[in-house]
Parts: sequence; structure tokens; C-alpha cells
Amino acid sequence: MVIIKTSLQVSGISLIIAGVIGVPVGMLIGLSHLRAKKWLIALINTGMGLPPVLVGLVVALLLWRSGPLGFLGLLYSKTAMVIAQTIIALPLVTAFTIAGVQRIDPELTLHTISLGATRWQLMRIVLGEAKSTILVALMAGFGSIISEVGAVMMVGGNITNDTMVLTTGIMSETRMGNFEIALYMGAVLLIISFIVNLCLTLIQQKQAI
Amino acid sequence: MKDKYRIVKWAGLLGIAIILMVCALNCSKAPEAPANKEVILATTTSVQDTGLLDVLTGIFEKQTGSHIKPIAVGSGEAMAMGKRGDADVMLVHSPKDEEAFMRDGFGKSRELLMTNYFSLVGPLDDPAGCLGSASAKEAFAKIATKKSIFVSRGDNSGTHKKELGIWLSANITPTGDWYIQAKSGMGNVLMITNEKKGYTLTDRGTYLAFKSKLALKEMLGKDESLLNKYSVIVINPAKFPKINLAGAEAWAKFLFAPDTLKVIGDFGKDKYGEGLFFPIVK
Repeated sequence: MVIIKTSLQVSGISLIIAGVIGVPVGMLIGLSHLRAKKWLIALINTGMGLPPVLVGLVVALLLWRSGPLGFLGLLYSKTAMVIAQTIIALPLVTAFTIAGVQRIDPELTLHTISLGATRWQLMRIVLGEAKSTILVALMAGFGSIISEVGAVMMVGGNITNDTMVLTTGIMSETRMGNFEIALYMGAVLLIISFIVNLCLTLIQQKQAI
Repeated sequence: MKDKYRIVKWAGLLGIAIILMVCALNCSKAPEAPANKEVILATTTSVQDTGLLDVLTGIFEKQTGSHIKPIAVGSGEAMAMGKRGDADVMLVHSPKDEEAFMRDGFGKSRELLMTNYFSLVGPLDDPAGCLGSASAKEAFAKIATKKSIFVSRGDNSGTHKKELGIWLSANITPTGDWYIQAKSGMGNVLMITNEKKGYTLTDRGTYLAFKSKLALKEMLGKDESLLNKYSVIVINPAKFPKINLAGAEAWAKFLFAPDTLKVIGDFGKDKYGEGLFFPIVK
């Protein structure tokens, strides 16, 4: 069904982008010795609690034709939904990555640097060590966006066969009184969520040995 | 040395990959439809929730190849979208607000498309004695006197504005614990009304769709004061040059075509035994 494909497309791509940006940034912050490090981490942690509907509203304000980015004509499109969902997932992925990186024994990083590792070689070692937590970061990010409805409703508009996803579909079917269909969509959503998390967890559990 | 260039290469590849994915997202649905083939229609939940909108957009897209994007919100929000130029055309049912909208020059054209009736529904035992009242305002007055529970949409929608108009005509300002502002869609408000055994003003389409789940009945016959008028408004390109005027006018023309008017008139007959909307007669 189109609606399942749209849900997976939008949330999947958002998660990939959030991961590509969030994991390296999280590693860099986790390993850094910035003076404002604690403040930065607190800010990112707060970002984990960003209400999706607020993110949706702000992105909509920017993308409206009358708004600053209106010339892009992106409102009520899947692209706008990806933008909003990436913003929602990003703090989660980054925060978990930071936590994962900080759990690594500092002796290990010092040891690696003393062996002459460049910054990028160090990052690869750290990535290996923190893989378990980083996978949790991705699961958390995915969970937050596959289940949110506020942002995708606002910037997507819930257009049939276009920007309708499982969550907004549940809302509109409920609004029309089709409770059975709404529940079926809910069940499908949970199954998809479970499958994705199962895959990520299996990878993670292999690492955790 | 080797590492520095690897970073640049990876970053570049990643960037390209992301751009490709985003393009794939956009292109996957309409390969040859550029942005100006999309028409943004701001409309109301009552047209959407009855299912009429899906039927009409389906026919229109087959006929013209344009892609219609209906955004179903309350009439209040739909007109706010129109005032920002975020919609190309609107299908709304809030006549006084529409008139103000046109007076302020936001719309290029406004034409009445179809009507139906609002309905006052209430609990089966009718505590306020509204059944058989001569008019809506008489029934409303009875509810206010008895302080029976009344659930309002409270969201600036067409239905909400109609309800406020009736209170006004009865010279009543509804306040008190008995007057509940639900600030949600019609279906939700009907469910709340059902739970609280109260009264509410509803459009007949949503009421019929929810009827089997409710223990509510209609209180009045067809009262002219409960007439619900849906109009099509094309946004004014002089104020908002970026709108898709051709698409908006094509949609408007399609709606008023005799075949479409027939589809509107027949809609709901097979499911509810009666048409949900009365198209204008041309």
C-alpha cells in the first residue's frame, strides 16, 4: 500500500540523514574538550524533548509561500516531511552517540592517540567501540519519527496517495469514524516498527558480546 | 595526507547520495509534473470526511493530469491559508467570513457550489425539549434556558461560525459549565456530545457517517437558518502572483461542469439512501 511505502520512505530517509549528521557530530562532541561542552550536551539533550508538532509548525512557517523559504515550493510535500523528521530525530541520535562515546574508557582513546592515530583513525576506533550505543541511537531516532504525527500533519497535509503516512492516516480515519481501519493502520505501524527494531537489535546484540 | 582527501571524497559521496535520495522522493510520484501542475486546495473537514473530496479529486486528476493537493482544515484556517497565498483555491462554507475575504481583495472569484443542511442533534430523551421546535434559534434558546450540555466546535470552522450566528440571532451569549468548547473536528465533537449526552450543531454528512456509533437524534426539520452553503473561491493572483491560477480555475471550472454537479448530487445516495449535498442548479 502507498501509505506504508510513504511512511517508510519519509522516516527511513530522515533517519539516514539524521544518522549521517548526528553520529559524526556526536562523536566529535563526545571526544572534544570544549569549554562549553556541558552546555552543548544539555542543549542537545533538551532537543530530544522537542515536541514534533512544534517542529512541524516552525518548518511550515519557513516553507509557506509567504515565508522565507517559500520560493522552494516545498510545503505539503514528502521533502518537507523529511526535513521536519530529520530535525526531530537529530538530537536523539546525537545525544545517544555522545553518551555512547563518553562511556568508552578514556585510557583507550589516550592509548590510541599515543600510538600515533590521526583524528579520523581515532574516530573509526571509537565508532567500533560505541557501535552498540550508536545502534540504540538509531533505534531511538527511528522510533521517535515513525510514530510522530504532529510534524508530518503540518508540513505534509495528509494528502491521499501523496503525503499520507500511517500516523496521519490513523488520525483522519478516526476523524471520519472508521475506527477499524484506524486500528489496522496502527497494527501495521507497530509491526513495521518492530521489524526495523528487530534488525537493528540483532546487529547490536552481535556487537555487545 | 591520504586521510584528508578521503574525508573530502566521503563527504562528497554522502552529499550526492542524500541529494539523490531526496530527488528520488520527489520524482517518484510524478515524473513529468512540474510544480505548477500542482493545485493547493484549502478546504474543510466536512467535505473531506464524507469522502466527496476524494471522489472529485480522483475524477479531476484523471481528466486533466493536474495534481490536486487538498488540505482539509477548518474554514477559518483555510481562509487564513488563502490570506497568505498558501492556497490556490478554496472550498469553504463560512459565508460571512467569505464575504469579508472577498471585500479585502484576497479572492478573484467566489461562486456558490452546493448546499446542505446543518442539524441540531441531541440525546434521545431530549431534556431541553427541543424536538419539533419551529426554528434553530428557538431550540438553542431552550437549551440555554435549561442549561443542557451543548458542545461547540470552538475552532472557527464554518460549523462553529454557523452555531455562533444562531446564538447571536437568539440574543444569547453562551457561557457556563454547560457550554463546552471542544476545539476539534466534527467527528470528535459528535463523540464527545454522545458521551456527555449533550446537544451539538453538526453537518448532516458527518452525522450520517457516525450515526451508527451515536445515541443522538436530529431535533429539527429543514430549517432555512440551518442552510449550509459551500462556495469555491479562486485566490487573487494580483495579490499573490505565485499561485497556480490556471490550475485553480481549471478545478473551479471542473466543479461547475454538469457532469460533476451530477456526481455531487448523487454522492451518498447508495450509502445513506439520500444525497449528502445539493449542487446548485445551472
